[in-house]
Amino acid sequence: MALLEVTNVNKRFGGLHAVNDVTFSVEKGMIKAVIGPNGAGKTTLFNLISGNLPLNSGKVLFDSKEIQALQPHQIANCGISRTFQNIKLFPGMTALENVMVGRHTQSRAGFFAGMFHLPTSWSEEKEIRNKSLELLDLLEIEQFADAEATSLAFGQQRAVEFARALASDPQLLLLDEPAAGLNIYETAEIARLITKIQSQGITVLLVEHDMSLVMDISDEIVVLSFGRKIAEDQPSAIQKNKEVIQIYLGDDDA
Amino acid sequence: MRQYFSLGFLLALVVLVQLITQWTDTAFYLTQLTMSAYYSLLIIGLCTIMGYAGQISLGHAGFFAIGGYLSAGLTTHNLAPFADNAFASMLNKAGLLVASQDLYGDPLLTLHPWAACFIAVSTALLIALALGGPVLKLKGHYLAMATLGFGIIIYRIAMATPYFGEADGLSGVPSFTLLPGVTVSGDFGARTSNYYIAWGAVLIGMLLLTNLVNSRMGRALRAIHGSEEAAQAMGVDTARAKLLTFVLSAGYAALAGVLLTHYNGSIGPSEAGIMKSVRYVAIVAIGGMAHLWGALIMGTLLNFMSLRGLFGSYDDAVFGCILIVIMLFAPEGILRLHLWQRFKKDKAKT
Ligand SMILES: Nc1ncnc2c1ncn2[C@@H]1O[C@H](COP(=O)(O)OP(=O)(O)O)[C@@H](O)[C@H]1O
Ligand SMILES: [Mg+2]
Repeated sequence: MALLEVTNVNKRFGGLHAVNDVTFSVEKGMIKAVIGPNGAGKTTLFNLISGNLPLNSGKVLFDSKEIQALQPHQIANCGISRTFQNIKLFPGMTALENVMVGRHTQSRAGFFAGMFHLPTSWSEEKEIRNKSLELLDLLEIEQFADAEATSLAFGQQRAVEFARALASDPQLLLLDEPAAGLNIYETAEIARLITKIQSQGITVLLVEHDMSLVMDISDEIVVLSFGRKIAEDQPSAIQKNKEVIQIYLGDDDA
Repeated sequence: MRQYFSLGFLLALVVLVQLITQWTDTAFYLTQLTMSAYYSLLIIGLCTIMGYAGQISLGHAGFFAIGGYLSAGLTTHNLAPFADNAFASMLNKAGLLVASQDLYGDPLLTLHPWAACFIAVSTALLIALALGGPVLKLKGHYLAMATLGFGIIIYRIAMATPYFGEADGLSGVPSFTLLPGVTVSGDFGARTSNYYIAWGAVLIGMLLLTNLVNSRMGRALRAIHGSEEAAQAMGVDTARAKLLTFVLSAGYAALAGVLLTHYNGSIGPSEAGIMKSVRYVAIVAIGGMAHLWGALIMGTLLNFMSLRGLFGSYDDAVFGCILIVIMLFAPEGILRLHLWQRFKKDKAKT
């Protein structure tokens, strides 16, 4: 049974068919990549899965449960977490606090407990903090815990966003262009961190516009072009796929 | 922990100011400081919805007025003619009515201030819930529009309803004994104790809100302010969090209205006016939006100056100007100078 099943999903923006009848699935424990040129519909596809955009038709099943009609926060509560192509950290909060927000789905304390600082919430608060510190440690940015998150270097901000996404103990992690804006050294770092995340038993679905990162780390690749799925296979086969090569060679962007 | 230090500092300051007025024979300032404290209670509540949940309310004078007017109405209107009514006698048996005599020695039967306070604050909470529920599901500044309309309605109701005294408002509001020995009243002899009651209320109000800001839900609110989309992706039910914050801030406003009305012994329609709501928004803005202490300091300072008549007949205009100037030149508030921000950033990097 696949962890995520996307079936005949469609999204139109006016006359633009941004996601055109896309079907694929993600097995538990793998790293799966969605690639395609700029404007292929990758981010839109992610927003459909995470509930940030309503879809026009189709189904999204997570853990055999239909989630396409749920609100984004409900989908997060199901065990799907995500990062954003243009990093969306919370300004005015430290790196640690950013990650602590990521622990929201795994904690309960409400307004009342917060205002009255109820002893019942103390142990939970401690757990949130410890878990968040652990994740900063896992992503090798523990020394920036108390720095304002948005003041960090780009690659470090990406790592904070990873940690924040992981704090919810997700089953599935959606990464939208994790290497965008990074140089080749930073990209290699990110690739290493992604495999480290996979080794924690977390399934990863990532979007990339550039082929180099995904060829090394993914188990399977879906190729999108103009909203349509044109190929789905293992990296070695994708590299030999004529249609894919044509898209990438015919596109100056790649 | 840092917030408890700040609160301790505030307590010391409150005591110090009282002692200074005593030594310098200027205790008359305590009256305006007491009134400012109640306005500040409203303002720190407004700060949570504006600064932390990122929504503007132009109806907080309305919630203040609901608190003030309902508790004034319920504690001044004589129920004696209805004493035989089944409902009234039930209230009486429950100990919720107070019997006394008016100026002419006629029997006077009114609702107990605690019961009135409960009804007034609950009404404000319910209205906030009904008003914010549908509006806060939408993205954007619809709350500002909805609360603007709400504020105008409350003002009109206050001006047009005989029960609320129309243009004259209500006076003769009795004192409110919170606990044995702790009475909110405008009596001359109770000036010092009321100064402490008002600032005690502010301290408790600040304690609860600073606790909130540093808790799980407080982090979620700050996150919403930063990026609603990312907060949702982290599982925060943003509509619900914003609604609860709005209701909470309406509760602070209504409670401030109740207490100030018992202190003043009266309330008039100007308390419900839109310009009052604009004033509160301006004060939160000048204090730095997401900055409870800034809102408190500015709320106390500016209300004190206003109550002392320092702005003369330009009172409302001053607050309008403040709002414009802040939005143009210091959207982070004047207490958050950019130098300070940079200093903090540098420190974080090293
Ligand atoms: N909210 C939107 N409204 C209208 N058009 C959009 C919107 N989001 C994306 N698009 C369009 O949909 C297409 C796919 O965009 P996107 O999913 O961002 O591509 P990718 O992430 O693969 O680069 C593009 O042509 C883009 O301009
Ligand atoms: Mg994209």
